[in-house]
Amino acid sequence: MTQNIVEIDNLSFGYKNRLLHKGISMSFPRGKVVAIMGGSGSGKTTLLRLIGGQFKPNKGEVRVDGKVVHKQNDDGLYQLRRKMGMLFQQGALFTDLSVYENVAFPMRELTDLPESMIRDLVLMKLNAVGLRGANQLMPTELSGGMARRVALARAIALDPDIIMYDEPFAGLDPISMAVICDLIRTLNDALGVTSIVVTHDVEETFSFADYIYFVADGVVAAEGTPDDLRQSTLPFIHQFVYGEKDGPVPFHYPAGDYQQELLGSKND
Amino acid sequence: MTRIFDGVLGALRNLGSNFIDQIWRLGAGTRLFFDMLISSGESFRRFRLVVKEVYSTGVMSLVIISVSAFFVGMVLALQGYNTLQKYGSSEAIGVLVALALVRELGPVVTALLFAGRAGTAITAEIGLMKATEQLSAMEMMAVSPVSRVIAPRFWAGVISLPILAALFSMIGILGGYIVAVPLIGVDAGAFWSQMQANVDWRLDIVNGVIKSVVFGVACSMIALFEGYDAPPTAEGVSRATTRTVVTSSLAVLALDFALTSFMIE
Repeated sequence: MTQNIVEIDNLSFGYKNRLLHKGISMSFPRGKVVAIMGGSGSGKTTLLRLIGGQFKPNKGEVRVDGKVVHKQNDDGLYQLRRKMGMLFQQGALFTDLSVYENVAFPMRELTDLPESMIRDLVLMKLNAVGLRGANQLMPTELSGGMARRVALARAIALDPDIIMYDEPFAGLDPISMAVICDLIRTLNDALGVTSIVVTHDVEETFSFADYIYFVADGVVAAEGTPDDLRQSTLPFIHQFVYGEKDGPVPFHYPAGDYQQELLGSKND
Repeated sequence: MTRIFDGVLGALRNLGSNFIDQIWRLGAGTRLFFDMLISSGESFRRFRLVVKEVYSTGVMSLVIISVSAFFVGMVLALQGYNTLQKYGSSEAIGVLVALALVRELGPVVTALLFAGRAGTAITAEIGLMKATEQLSAMEMMAVSPVSRVIAPRFWAGVISLPILAALFSMIGILGGYIVAVPLIGVDAGAFWSQMQANVDWRLDIVNGVIKSVVFGVACSMIALFEGYDAPPTAEGVSRATTRTVVTSSLAVLALDFALTSFMIE
């Protein structure tokens, strides 16, 4: 058993002419909560998809439990994915199924468990996220925070080794945010899993993460424990952690000369 | 001068890129079709997945199919009687209505209505499942969306359409009967006996069923592919839904011509 359950090794990935990642290396030790942070559009979510094998890297590799993800055939990939649970940004609950059926879905599809056992398991998973009482509701009847918790119950339905969270705090009120924060840490420690959290919420992440990677311009710009990063003197990290408007990441999208552009349009 | 040249060049480039795009989509659609066939085992092992979809595609289309069939049958009888009576053969009205429905209108109009009612629903549903990452989530759960979502809907369409077409013909004939016999006063015995004598089991009914099965395959596959291939945005899904209706309708009419030309002896 390797010490790191997920390893990203010199990974490059991009679409057509734009490289999103330029030689990224990261490791995710078993039992830890590791966060990947960075601005919008820095390719954080794509990293999760590369770990899950939904995209193939242009160069380098991702290893999950010692196996290279992009070299697996369909069966191998599905075997690897059974070790992973993923919480999508908006929950991605199946809208035609009730909360109960959503959580039961992976059990029904991937196991031959009898109905009575599925029922017990579903109620246990829902209880862990505090929504046992909501099991007969439909996804449209849930608030954003509740939907995310149901999705989390579904992600842990088959006791994965790795839980991946894609922007778990996006668009949540402070109470729901605190609940999710707490759940990430509790589930990690109670289930003995490894958590990978993609996010840009500094305060929340610094409160629960064991280790943090900062991604910027396609490379790992900084890494360390929350305390290390708070004290970082790197200008980008300082701007990000303290949320300053201008800095190494400019306010303006690259553009030509302002004056010239305004005057130039008159002559057309 | 250069501007005109640039314009022509741009138009040519657009034409070429559209053409390549269409070829690419045809290839992607064919690939999805074979992928779906290979992954169909699950649909038959757990047949209730298909039954659930038969309900939402087939059963939910019953009202529009029945109402349309009734009106089409009535119009056929009115128009047919108007012409036939000039030649003194108004008793042949039953045959005319039955043949028109069983051979052509049943399968074709049912397929067109099916594309509008069930096809668009399928495209929008799959497109939205994609846009809200439900298909991605399924993939990440190690469940194949092609075998769990696409295949059951495909087989449901292939099963529903022939049944709907048969119902269409039946209700259409009933509509024709109501106009011809009680309203116009054609003899009921002549209406039914002529129909019985002149509608052939193999050449008329079986051929009609073959057509509706082919239309079922085409309409379901087009609707599923358009949804699966839709860009995951509101605009993408709405365009895909429109394309489902346009492509399915054209495909049904073209296939109908091709099939009829093989069937007519």
